[in-house]
Parts: sequence; C-alpha cells; structure tokens
Amino acid sequence: MTRFSNRIDRRFAELAERGRTGLIPYVTAGHPKPELTVDIMHALVAGGADLLELGIPFSDVMADGPVIQHACEAALKQGMTLDKVFAQVAEFRRRDADTPVILMGYMNPVERRGLETFAEQAAEAGVDGLLIVDCPADEAADTTRVFDEHELHQIFLVAPTTTESRIERMAPLAGGFIYYVSLKGVTGSAALNADELAPAVDSIRARSDLPVAVGFGISTPEQARAVGAVADAVVIGSALVRKLDGAESREVAGDIVADYIGSIRAALDGLDESAPVEARA
Amino acid sequence: MVEVVEKATAASADPRQALPDASGHFGRFGGRFVSETLMAALEELEQAWLKYRDDVEFQAELDSDLAHFVGRPSPLYLAERLTAHAGGARIVFKREDLNHTGAHKINNTVGQALLARAMGKQRVIAETGAGQHGVASATVAARLGMKCVVYMGADDIKRQAINVFRMKLLGAEVVSVDSGSRTLKDALNEAMRYWVTNVDDTFYILGTVAGPHPYPALVRDFNAVVGREARRQCMDEYGKLPDALVACVGGGSNAMGLFYPFIDDREVEMYGVEAAGRGLSGLEHAASLCAGRVGVLHGSRTYLLDDDAGQIRHTHSVSAGLDYPGVGPEHAWLKDSHRAQYVGVTDDEALEAFHLCTRKEGIMPALESAHAVAWAIKQAAGMDRDQVVLVNMSGRGDKDIHTVADLEGISI
Ligand SMILES: Cc1ncc(COP(=O)(O)O)c(C=O)c1O
Repeated sequence: MTRFSNRIDRRFAELAERGRTGLIPYVTAGHPKPELTVDIMHALVAGGADLLELGIPFSDVMADGPVIQHACEAALKQGMTLDKVFAQVAEFRRRDADTPVILMGYMNPVERRGLETFAEQAAEAGVDGLLIVDCPADEAADTTRVFDEHELHQIFLVAPTTTESRIERMAPLAGGFIYYVSLKGVTGSAALNADELAPAVDSIRARSDLPVAVGFGISTPEQARAVGAVADAVVIGSALVRKLDGAESREVAGDIVADYIGSIRAALDGLDESAPVEARA
Repeated sequence: MVEVVEKATAASADPRQALPDASGHFGRFGGRFVSETLMAALEELEQAWLKYRDDVEFQAELDSDLAHFVGRPSPLYLAERLTAHAGGARIVFKREDLNHTGAHKINNTVGQALLARAMGKQRVIAETGAGQHGVASATVAARLGMKCVVYMGADDIKRQAINVFRMKLLGAEVVSVDSGSRTLKDALNEAMRYWVTNVDDTFYILGTVAGPHPYPALVRDFNAVVGREARRQCMDEYGKLPDALVACVGGGSNAMGLFYPFIDDREVEMYGVEAAGRGLSGLEHAASLCAGRVGVLHGSRTYLLDDDAGQIRHTHSVSAGLDYPGVGPEHAWLKDSHRAQYVGVTDDEALEAFHLCTRKEGIMPALESAHAVAWAIKQAAGMDRDQVVLVNMSGRGDKDIHTVADLEGISI
C-alpha cells in the first residue's frame, strides 16, 4: 500500500545501503517505571537499536507470555495510560528526530480512543507504525485506511503457520516491514529454530517488497546472529523486558541496556562484517 | 406422542444460514480479532466444523451420545407452584440441569470432543469459570481417552472447590491462572496462549459462544439442540410456541442455544438475563449488554465492560459462570437488531429465586440459572395465564451450596 514513506522506510533504506542488520528492541511503556521509559528509549538507541517498539500496556495481553504480561500489569499499576505513552514518544522525539517508533498493542484501547483520534494523536506524538496484535489483515480494512491518512504504517505478523495465500492477501495492506514470528507460541516462548527460518523469510520476500524483521524467542547474541543472517532486522522483546524488571534508576536501566543491547549489536555487527551485502540480498 | 431424540443437525431448517457471514461477522460484531499465530488453527477448525456439520456419520454419533451419554432429550417441566406464586403466565423449565454433569455445557463439549477426535487431536484444553464447562470437558475427555487440561482463575478455584475436585477425579489437570482478575477472562487468555504454542496436537474446547470465529457459531450449533427440543416439546404440550424465552447470559451459550431455533418466530419474545451483581449503577456487575459498550475482547467485536482507557474491567457476580466482562457477538447482534432484550438481575434477586425455586419446586437451580428464574417470575407476573414463559434451567445448584452457605454465614 505504501503511498508514503516515513521514518521506518527511510531507516530500512539506510540499513540496506550500509549492509547493516537492523536491531529492534521492544519495551513495555511504563515498565519497570513510567519515569524511566524515555531514558530507556534513548539508551536503546545509544546501544545500537535502529528502530524501537514500545508496548501499550493492556489488561488482557492474549498473545503475550508471562514476562510481557507482568510488565503490562506493573505499568498499569503505576498509572500508565495511552496519553502517557503518547507523551513519552513526544518527549523522546525532542531529542531523537530519526529513530522510528512503533507502538505495539491491542485493539480495545485503540477503539476506545477512537480510531481517528488515536491515529491523529499517534502521528502528532511522532509514532511511525502500529502493530496491533489482535488485528490481523482480515480485520484491518478500517485501521489501514485511517493510519494511511496519517502516514502511519500498520505492521502485520506472519507466523510459521501462515499460509502463502494469507501472506499474499496481507501484503497490499502491510506497511513498514513484515514481522515474522519465529516460533509457534506467545512472546517469550523458548525454542527458536533458525534452520526453518530461511525458507519462511524467502517465502515472505517472494510475496512482499517490504523488509522482514524476525522476533519472538530471541534472547542470546548467538540467536540474534543466526536470525540476522537471514532477516533484515531482529526483534528482541521478552528477554530485554525480563532484564529490565526491577531496575529502579535510570543508571541501572541504562547499564542493563548498554550491556545487553550492546552484546546483541556486537553479534549483528560481526555478522555484517563477515558477510558481503550481496550475499544476503 | 413418542419422544424422539432431536436430531443434532438441522441445517435445512436453519433459520439464518447467512449469519455469521463467511468472515465470521454478525453485522458489525464477531470476526476474528486474534494474533496471526492463531489464524491457521481457527481456519482449520472452521473447515472441520463446516465438514462435520453436514456429515451424516458424525451427526449420528453426536445424536447417539446426546441420547445415551448426556440423557437427551431433557424434559420440559411445568413449574406449577412457581407459576401460582407469580400469578400470571405458566412458567416452564427446560431441564438442562438434568443432563449428565448437571448443565447445558455438556451439549457443547460432547460435540467439540467428537470434532477434536475427527481432527486427530490427542489433547483437549478448556477454560472454565464456574467449573461446569471444565467438568463437562474433563468428562468427555475421560470418555474418549484424551488428555485434558483445564485453565481456571485462581479466585474461581477457591469458590468452586467441588468442581475442581471433580475435574481432578476425571483425570484432568487443573491449571490455576494468577494473572489479571484471576477469573474466567484470564483463564480464557491463558488457554489461548497454550493453544497458540501447541496447535498441532491440541484442540481448544471453548465453553461459550464468545471468542473468535468459528467458536460463536460452533458452540451455538452444538447448544441449539436445547431450543429445537424446547420448540417441539412446547408445541406438543401446549399446542403453540412459548410466548417468551428466558435464559441467563454469561458468555451466552445456554441463551443462544435456546434462542437460535426461535429467531424467525417473531412472536416469541426473548430475554437474556445478565448478572447485575450489586447493581447496574455501580461497577460491581457483569452485565456487558445492559451496561457495556462495543469493543474488542477475546477475538471478537462485541459489547464489553471496560474503563475509559479501554482496559477490561474486573467484574462481579455471585455466580462464577456469569462473571465475565464480554459476551458472545451474536447476542450483541440480537440486541442491536432488537430481536432479543437483555435485562439484569442482582445477586440478591438471584439468591432469592434460588431459595424460592428450591422450596417451591424441589429443583435447586445453579446460581446462574437462578438469574433466569428471577426474571421469569417478574415476566410471568405481568402476562396472561394462558401464556407460556419458557426458562432455560441451564444447570443444577449442587456446585453452589458452599457459596450460598458462605453468603448466609452458615458453615457446612
Ligand atoms: C449452569 C450454568 N448456566 C449458565 C452459565 C453461563 O454460561 P453461558 O452464558 O455460556 O450459558 C454457566 C457457566 O458456567 C453455567 O454453569
């Protein structure tokens, strides 16, 4: 559908040009503490993140595992709201005009705000993409139309069980990148099978021109490297959220991010140096 | 008239084949609001349902199980002393409480378990609130030799201890869910999560007409035997259709099962009774149709109870089976199209009806069903003596005696 290009498209174009594998960390807005979120976002970028995914806390995160469930509950308990999420993005934007921000969340809070208002406020805050977990392409006619008007990409998931015909139906609606879920299960599930990844990513590339990011179940630098060898970008979610849990100050959170995201970045950089760009294209 | 077991299939007599539409929508409601990770499993289930819905052998086996294992048809019973008490229309009960395991829930689990077996799944999972659906799932799993895991909110485990023990006796594993409000909605989330991770060998027996397509239609179809029997029994007994139907609504399966075969009979009024808890003016109730608004929960667009930020609210009802912040999308559609009316009955009114029904009829209703009884008494009072109010006695109250005793400060 991409009739516009925003920060996400520009960032992926840059990555392709530089032969760099993208790193997309996920954190839940307001976890571990609402006042740390913006600092964590900046620290993630400083540590080597290329795009950011920010979770909108929701009471019923049906597709998320215990780590993100817990993060959402903790954030809500500390008074996180959608307005505060937008405010955090806007504050982040004051010091970072380029790093794309994708909000990840569930449909009900979006509908309660009103789709139009939600899109308008998201765009105004400086959001670039929306990943609404429980809004598959089949139900996305309204959302993509409205998001489009505000130059926001709706990002869709592809699962190992997604058929080729479903990918074909989703492709015209999808913007930004395709998010391949690397395993059957909820976020934070254990096993990742890198061998099965390459054919799946190839199958998506045959049906969409968008970059492919891979996530769910990636926690170690080794896994990130294996995934990065086939994907345009790697998403790190539950593993990061788990590490951040209990961090009380911006210094502690900053150190955790620097260490952990730094180690993932280093693994991906090693990969990028060893593989010529053409070999991965 | 010789009683015949109502056929489980009535595709040809299906009043509204068109709903849900091909994408699972009832007007603007329903649909499939789930993560992509579940889409393939739902499509597989839908294909199986479409296939076996019209499969003669499958339906014959289902009919046989309903007759010999469940005990169908369930009787239609004239509640004479309750009728006299109300002083108006005749109150008749559709006796789903006499089913094996004590509630309408078994109609659905027998059907879904046969579907699971036909699809080659070895394990079934279920969510449960009151424990009735969990027991009904554990029961059919035991009979078919399948492994069964039941997800149940930690708070519900406390208030439904007898059913938890029943499930364990039947060989099921009961998993306590500690997230969120620790009730039915959280059990459903957890069952979905497990299903996403184990779709290959696991069949999810959803217990009500909620959830993503095809569940609302599938569960309705398996429960519609209640309405089909009731329709015929009422014709046989009273020579006419009932004037009003009354059923309690948690997720809405016993109500949908009763209502569905009557939808085209415009003269038959339909009342869905929600849990008004401590009153609809406050927040301590579970009446999503009476007091909620349209949103998205558990895979479908429907009426639900949430706060202004769209967070799903904790609900309250004296009956665990009605304590749910959403409702099946077909009820949302029936409400908006004014085909059915939805009303609330408070905890106190339900408890009063529980006692009244027990003392006057010798039938101890489940606290869920007691909500329907309470409304039926009100409804009948304002109607003529030759009219018939047909109540779905969705379950028996044995499971609730501890709750009732606790509420009344009695230790047993
Ligand atoms: C006896 C009985 N009636 C009614 C219900 C409510 O469910 P539904 O609205 O799906 O019929 C339950 C749920 O546990 C139940 O046990």
